[in-house]
Amino acid sequence: MKQNLKTQVLIIGGGATGTGVARDLSLRGVKCILVEKKDINSGASGANHGLLHSGARYVSSDPDSAKECRDENRLLKQLAPDCVEETGGLFVAVEGDDETFIADFQGYCDQSGLFCRPMDIADAREAEPALSDKTIAVYEVDDASVDPFKLVLENITDAEKLGCKFLRHLKVVNFNKNGNNIQSVDLVRKTTGDTVNIEADMVVNATGAWAGQLAALAGAHIDVLYSKGTLLITHTRLTQRVINRLRTPADADILVPGGTVSIIGTTSLRMQSLDGISPTVTEVDRIVDEGTAMMPTLETIRYIRAYSGVRPLLGGGGKGDDRSVTRGFDLVDHAKEGIDNFVTITGGKLTTFRLMAEKTADLVCERIGVSAPCQTRRIPVISAHETRWAVPGFSPKNWFSGHDRDDLLLCECEMVPQSAIEEIVNYFDIFDKQADLKGIGKRSRIGKGSCQGNFCSLRIAAYLYDRNHLTSGQGASEIKSFLNERWKGQRCLLWDTPVVQVELQEAMHCAFFGLELT
Amino acid sequence: MTTHQSELTIIGTGMAGMAAACFAADNHIRTAQIGVNSGMIYASGFLDLMGVHPVATGQTRENPWQAIAQLVEDVPDHPYARLRPSEIETAMTRFLHFMDEADRPYQFSPGRNTEVITPVGTTKLTYAVPRSMWAGAVALKEKRPCLITDFIGLKAFSARQITDMLLPRWPEIRMLRIPFPSGGASADLYPEQMARSLEVEKNRLQLADAIRPHLGNASAMGLPGILGIYKPRRVREHLEKLLGVDIFEITTIPPSVPGIRLKDALEALVTRKGVRLISQKRVLSAERQKNGNFILGIGDHGSKTIEQIIESRGVIMAGGRFLGMGLHAGRKEISEPLFNLPVFQPEDRALWHRTDFFDPNGHPINQAGLEIDDAFRPTDLAGKAVYDNLFAAGSILAHQDWMRQKCGAGLAIATAYGAVQAFRKMC
Repeated sequence: MKQNLKTQVLIIGGGATGTGVARDLSLRGVKCILVEKKDINSGASGANHGLLHSGARYVSSDPDSAKECRDENRLLKQLAPDCVEETGGLFVAVEGDDETFIADFQGYCDQSGLFCRPMDIADAREAEPALSDKTIAVYEVDDASVDPFKLVLENITDAEKLGCKFLRHLKVVNFNKNGNNIQSVDLVRKTTGDTVNIEADMVVNATGAWAGQLAALAGAHIDVLYSKGTLLITHTRLTQRVINRLRTPADADILVPGGTVSIIGTTSLRMQSLDGISPTVTEVDRIVDEGTAMMPTLETIRYIRAYSGVRPLLGGGGKGDDRSVTRGFDLVDHAKEGIDNFVTITGGKLTTFRLMAEKTADLVCERIGVSAPCQTRRIPVISAHETRWAVPGFSPKNWFSGHDRDDLLLCECEMVPQSAIEEIVNYFDIFDKQADLKGIGKRSRIGKGSCQGNFCSLRIAAYLYDRNHLTSGQGASEIKSFLNERWKGQRCLLWDTPVVQVELQEAMHCAFFGLELT
Repeated sequence: MTTHQSELTIIGTGMAGMAAACFAADNHIRTAQIGVNSGMIYASGFLDLMGVHPVATGQTRENPWQAIAQLVEDVPDHPYARLRPSEIETAMTRFLHFMDEADRPYQFSPGRNTEVITPVGTTKLTYAVPRSMWAGAVALKEKRPCLITDFIGLKAFSARQITDMLLPRWPEIRMLRIPFPSGGASADLYPEQMARSLEVEKNRLQLADAIRPHLGNASAMGLPGILGIYKPRRVREHLEKLLGVDIFEITTIPPSVPGIRLKDALEALVTRKGVRLISQKRVLSAERQKNGNFILGIGDHGSKTIEQIIESRGVIMAGGRFLGMGLHAGRKEISEPLFNLPVFQPEDRALWHRTDFFDPNGHPINQAGLEIDDAFRPTDLAGKAVYDNLFAAGSILAHQDWMRQKCGAGLAIATAYGAVQAFRKMC
């Protein structure tokens, strides 16, 4: 089956940048379609700290990025208050850390116009008891934590309400060009093999680490370096504030609280390819060992998940650590290379996604003759009804405040009822009605509790059959693919209790159901 | 604190521990048994003997005995290789006899595996099938007109899912969804409560009335595993009489009623056979005396307080793997916490698990465990028995992957038999 669609702007990539561009353009009245080969936040947007940088991290190495962060941090706190938790942040040095760096830090912050204030060590340890007794310096900064899933869901939901179409599971396979113009783009639906052709006046490449590959498919060229970072989620929240190690960027030196958990990372590893990006045992052990210097509890605490993302770094490459390569972003107008209606936006970071989207939309609008100005500096992101199930803590609150007698909890760990599943399935786009467990997982808390999908995958699959959202043999592959997605994050953290849970999971799904043989 | 004397102490109350206790009691060995009901409530009720070999190619085997013969040749370290085929057969036969004694009879096709239906709509090969599920295996084999019934409010059991999955090879399978006759205030139904409710005749009559109009040409009917918890046979036969069709259960996801029935039946049986069953306790400490006897400290796992002491001539370790706490996986290595025995294991944690959870090769961590000699005694690095009176059985043993090989119950029962035989020889 082939579909043909037409729009003003085709945006490729469903991460923070792509959805940000979609919202920005939609607010300017531009018609657009956003396509994503997997689902929202499948790349670095879904695999980062969830840190709203104050900029202090970059003051010594990259003052321009620091200033961008400073401004966007302030804007996002006002414009997306429901996505941001104003935790504040600390920069903490422990015995053995570079004294010169410590001494210079305040000055660097002052130069970039960032808030930074020394804090008494005893006060800091009282406020954050997880800090090591070997702490020798502490500064307060304006860091905050941001929920990247909520942020991206809000952006795309808002854009959709303004007329933007969001299509999941569509992979670009071909650009049809006429002279210097891309006339249309061919895409394939991964789930069915169907093809879709989209005609557009402008095409935006917002594919993050995949930007180089996509540009090449269009006949353009960008240098992108792949820097893999791995992070760990702890079972409980360790601190109230963001904790940064006060040193030049290195492994495991940022801990960001988010809801009831904390996230510690990262590592940095140059990759040659984007295939099979998952955490390794070596990286996990490195994070635990390094993080322990700053917070000894990291040695013994239980971890629930590990994940890896790829930072798209801009060409040329730095000397030494990839974290010293600029974290600024790059907006590439491919007209210079002879493709008039194709732009790429890459690099950058979650904190600056709005600015990246603004600059991209400015260029796109100039090209298609739209004069409407950017609105995202002015119009806040309002929490949409559709995104509520993704918010940690919402489901239990909602359940206890009352529910239908006939409603049942399908995910008992995170208390997600079947009415939530039904609601989420109804938001899936009309072209891709298949209710996939992974897609539901992106929009709710299923699989994120202590069973990591072992039981809820079964309850939800059964429910989806009952509602005709799954048919014939789809259930087996749905359960498998959902559990494998969770598995990526579990497999390096399997010691003590998690090993026990995984043994039960294998006993059920393999010994009993024989799913490995299907 | 008084010290109890026993000839043999069995650590663990899973399938291996229970089988060992039955075998020991039948041999008039004064036996104590300690454990919490860890794995047993998660059991499906099926008794697997050998279903898949080789695992890497996912080859399912209709004849478990041929599969075992092939396995023993290919994997000479597999625990099955410590037994003659006739011993494995004797162990299975005797265990199935125990289940008859416990009034939880099994059925099987001699020399063949049987294909059974799982709650996710897949099928699997197993050896012995609880009588309550047998008609399902027959109906599946003969593709008889069949109705699968489920209940509004029972989660993770969808008759539509099961029939959708099976329809391509079973054209005359249909589904029915009805409310459960005696549902409570909450919409949530729990298999154990449903099973208890069906012990009451009135509820069975109501259930039959609800199903009868929908039977059509069905000659068999499947229900979730809820057909009674004390007298499942009476419940099923009554419903069969009321409806005039063969009725079978499909186990629900764990913890299931068939799992609970199995646990209850075996606990009652070993107690009746005279085994001193200390349930809901763990062995917290073990020391060996000069005379060779073991002194075991028994207590609550949470409080770690020793409440009683057992002096025992021999010990069978049947505590299972990580879930049963027979083994412990730390961040650096896998250990055996009680006797600190050497554990065969991959060199590095990075090698424990594969990147695909469903990797057909199975996870190397599942090959980890205790290595044993021909007398089922855990061995040291030189391959010599650590103690001449310490034995091991079941999934704690190395060089097997019961979950992928589909040999869990058979491995437990056969090695329990082997360990008890070895203990007898030693005495």
